[in-house]
Amino acid sequence: MSAATAAVPASAPGATAEPAIRVQGITKSFKDVHVLRGVDFEVAPGTVFALLGSNGAGKTTLVRILSTLLAPDAGTATVHGFDVIGDAARVRESISLTGQFAAVDDVLTGRENLQLVARLRHLHSPGRIADDLLARFSLTEAGHRRAATYSGGMRRRLDIAMSLIGEPPVIVLDEPTTGLDPQARIDVWSTIESLAESGTTVLLTTQYLDEAEQLADRIAILHEGTIIQNGTLAELKKLLPAATVEYVEKQPSLQDVFLALVAGRGGQ
Amino acid sequence: MTTHVLSDTGALTHRSLRHILRSPDTIITTAVTPVALMLLFVFVLGGAITTGSDESYVNYLLPGILLITIASGIAYTAYRLFLDLQSGIAERFQSMPIARSSVLWAHVFTSLVANLVSVTVVMGVALLLGFRSGASVAAWLAVAGILILFTLALTWIAVIAGLSARSIDGASAFSYPLIFLPFISSAFVPTDSMPAPVAWFAENQPVTSIVDTIRALFAQQPVGGSIWVALAWLVGILVVAYVFAILAYRRRLR
Repeated sequence: MSAATAAVPASAPGATAEPAIRVQGITKSFKDVHVLRGVDFEVAPGTVFALLGSNGAGKTTLVRILSTLLAPDAGTATVHGFDVIGDAARVRESISLTGQFAAVDDVLTGRENLQLVARLRHLHSPGRIADDLLARFSLTEAGHRRAATYSGGMRRRLDIAMSLIGEPPVIVLDEPTTGLDPQARIDVWSTIESLAESGTTVLLTTQYLDEAEQLADRIAILHEGTIIQNGTLAELKKLLPAATVEYVEKQPSLQDVFLALVAGRGGQ
Repeated sequence: MTTHVLSDTGALTHRSLRHILRSPDTIITTAVTPVALMLLFVFVLGGAITTGSDESYVNYLLPGILLITIASGIAYTAYRLFLDLQSGIAERFQSMPIARSSVLWAHVFTSLVANLVSVTVVMGVALLLGFRSGASVAAWLAVAGILILFTLALTWIAVIAGLSARSIDGASAFSYPLIFLPFISSAFVPTDSMPAPVAWFAENQPVTSIVDTIRALFAQQPVGGSIWVALAWLVGILVVAYVFAILAYRRRLR
């Protein structure tokens, strides 16, 4: 299913023809468990690419390989033109990861979390960067409270804000809305939409079909360690195997009701 | 990347020092047990112990108490490192373009600062209990140097524990034998009062040479050969622990 592009040398970082992410034949096993069995896909720059799969499909393993936290057993992967093994340092400059479990520092305040990341990305005036992001993510008031006191949605917003610092060209959102209430989900969605508009490449992993449907330019389905389908929503709609329909549930309609009720009361 | 080692380590050290400032109980807890031990030995057991010198017992006891303070303090280093790995924040740091070793060094420096504060607190209590020393500035600096080396050596052991532990309890349990080691040394009683095999162990384990050296420095006595034995132990433990900690870190990363 991978596009049959000729091998472009990785020495052309950021060139528009170059995919922002290229994954070729990646395999990874943990002892006897073959988590990834040969994964191939490409993500075009400035697009939102959703990696869809159930729990244990290998999404997080793949994300960890792309963010240089884990080495693949075989295969190659490049991010922004840099090889994840051979040029890991440059990959880390190009990619930003928000974890499935929102790795923010609970003891620090929201503002301090942002400042810390700005310092670690070696940027000037971390304080100003922090204040800007707090404002952008409606966290200004909470900025001086410890992150431990934040709600799930606020934590996730802080987490995403942290990964935007330094404006990396590629952002990986690993299940960004898992465990969030509907309103918080929609907030995260609009953040992702505005990221895409600004030209950032977004790799989104999710187990929610509606999330991929809402956000992604292209959707790949990772199942039992390989990509079983990869295409636009329109392409996939004709193909979606019956087995995955279970994810759709009746949630959207109930969600509409819920949101309408909550919005009617002026809650935030 | 290497140009960032200092600034990255600085930023991360700043972070974990904030953690300590916001839970100062870790420093208090570190100091409480050694202080309690000191009170117990000075007021309850000390009267029955013959040290064979005219020094007050608190003077005799303090070096060992300081080592116990550090041995219990470094358990928090393993604990903090373990929590960082557990929470996923360490992965966030490692996925960023920072000098990779800075994650560990930040914990090591934090450990150094926290333990020096705890040691100072214990030292203050010892002064109240009658500890006195006419040691020269050079001797005090030598004591400080030995305590810093001791902290660093034990901290790298704590790093190994923090990196390889599977549970919070495991991350701090490794420090119990270290806390216990001074009891089977010259820290509380002279080793010649012990049965032969125990005395042999006590005389040949690192704590005795370190305690004897610090005690001699405080008492303005010649340190003799014990300072070299102590330094050899300290540097040896430091190097071995450092190497294993780095290996554990690499294993953890990939």
